[in-house]
Amino acid sequence: MADFNNTNLADFSGVWVFCEQRQGKLQPTVLELISEARKLADDMGVEVCGLLLGGKGVGDSMVKELGAYGADKVLVCENDLLETYTTDAYAKVICDTVMAKKPEILLIAATNIGRDLGPRCAARLHTGLTADCTHLDVDVEKYAAFLKEASTLPEAQIDALDRADRNLKMTRPAFGGHLMATIICPRFRPQMATVRPGVLKKGEYNEAKANAVVVEKVEAQLSEADLQTKVLEVVKEAKELVDLTGADVVVSVGRGISKDVETGIKLAEELAGLFGGVVGGSRAAIDSGWLTADHQVGQTGKTVHPKLYVALGISGAIQHKAGMQDSECIVAVNKSDSAPIFDVADYGICGDLFKVVPMMIDAIKAAKASK
Amino acid sequence: MKAIVCVKQVPDTSGKVAVNPDGTLNRASMATIINPDDKNAVEAALKLKDETGCKVVVVTMGPPPAQGMLRELLAMGADEAILVSGREFGGSDTFATSQILAAAIKKLGLEDDDIVYCGRQAIDGDTAQVGSQIAEKLGIPQISYAADIKKEGNTITVKRMLEDGYMTIQTHTPCLLTCIKELNVPRYMSIKGIMKCYDKPVTVYDYNALKDDPLIDPATIGLKGSPTNIFKSFTPPQKGQGKMLEGADMSTCEELVGELQKKHII
Repeated sequence: MADFNNTNLADFSGVWVFCEQRQGKLQPTVLELISEARKLADDMGVEVCGLLLGGKGVGDSMVKELGAYGADKVLVCENDLLETYTTDAYAKVICDTVMAKKPEILLIAATNIGRDLGPRCAARLHTGLTADCTHLDVDVEKYAAFLKEASTLPEAQIDALDRADRNLKMTRPAFGGHLMATIICPRFRPQMATVRPGVLKKGEYNEAKANAVVVEKVEAQLSEADLQTKVLEVVKEAKELVDLTGADVVVSVGRGISKDVETGIKLAEELAGLFGGVVGGSRAAIDSGWLTADHQVGQTGKTVHPKLYVALGISGAIQHKAGMQDSECIVAVNKSDSAPIFDVADYGICGDLFKVVPMMIDAIKAAKASK
Repeated sequence: MKAIVCVKQVPDTSGKVAVNPDGTLNRASMATIINPDDKNAVEAALKLKDETGCKVVVVTMGPPPAQGMLRELLAMGADEAILVSGREFGGSDTFATSQILAAAIKKLGLEDDDIVYCGRQAIDGDTAQVGSQIAEKLGIPQISYAADIKKEGNTITVKRMLEDGYMTIQTHTPCLLTCIKELNVPRYMSIKGIMKCYDKPVTVYDYNALKDDPLIDPATIGLKGSPTNIFKSFTPPQKGQGKMLEGADMSTCEELVGELQKKHII
């Protein structure tokens, strides 16, 4: 348990963001967190502070960018032992700094690293941690507005919320998004959350704020003896074909690509590639030998429930739908407007996939570029 | 030497998820399974047993029916099972759960050459927190997202997955590893295992069995000892009729992308 009185809530102030970097590169999701922290801090009338750990010189390239998206201050801790992420070194420096400076909120991106680090720190600090949040509020009016939009709760229940409540309300999906839960941590500080990458919006780049950011160096109380793990190597590799069932996005093709199979598959691959997803197929596509059997979605293939399922030229036989209808969002492109796939699709486009998909690819690229 | 595996019984979320009218999960109507990542953890422990002849102990916290799951794990090849069960433990969040499991592991006796295995995350809570928190409370190193594990003496070398690659990390026993499905393919129960599983010991640790551990305190376990509370739980609005986007031109595609952005899919 932390050796400081973290139950005296009034001692804690400020919104902190752990600024994850890998090999000297800031993880893009950190800027989403900084932008969100800015909003929360404005509601609370406090500062946003970035917490940046890394090797010598790590701060030089990053503090301005952190400032531009909303950080008032960046605490920079440079140490050779922090060059590469290790649970032990990072948890020690973060917990020591939190205990010394007492932030009210600490946000961490829910990356593989953030999800390793967050719980270790929360356990040491004796505080609560909410995982993989998709929505954060302090202000109750804003939270009520969110509930009206995103929940089926009766209005009376929403109106009955205590307007004076200043706890961080951390909302996250559970059970594959079938249920949402808002979690609070009312008795301990800091209130910690890991936040799902890609969900919160990055704000505008602000030149004046970039130049005004305050940098404060933090001395790490760290020695080799604190590290119980040793990183032998860090390897970056191109994504291999992910297992269909584990993919967040699946783009599937069916009989509709028959007139030009090669192009059809190429389009599906390109579309899937834009999301970091994988290509699947209906039984027709597998039986015709266009794709190997491990790509098959459906009753006799794999059951998938990705965040996004795109069905290209798939009529939507019941055997196919059985394998994909629980996807969070389904987009169907088909020539026939009476295709049964449209019964389960969230969005349908009736048209020739060879014309529609290239336009879809362009539109997505444009949207990503403007983000 | 022991391999200790923390396992959770979870509702099967791949089937239909039933929600009560008040917005809570209707657990009674759902089938229960062994949490998938935990099965990979059990397999890793059984592999270590195949190689070294070590003892495999599975530990779970849950209501008495979780015993059924423990028997399955004994039938897979585990030697001993611990059920941590008590009214005092109910309502625990990840912090409180890890206090209790760490206390159970201490009671079991954590030796210098032991390895604790957990799954990366449970499919009901999806938090991926309990493993790290147990490691912290036991004061041992952790390596999460293990996709390959090698053991030489007391040195453990793990391939730890990142989103864009992997790290190779070395540590020493005792340590805690959280396992992912890339690590292995879990074995089935054997007929012989099923026959024998009722002869193997299942020990129940209740509140009285653990209460002398400093980790177990009304202020650190159960609903009251949990730092986090559920403030509201709710169901998102029902999925309505799908939307047909008229025309098959560029503006249709832009409209689609706009909708996907609103839903945070892009």
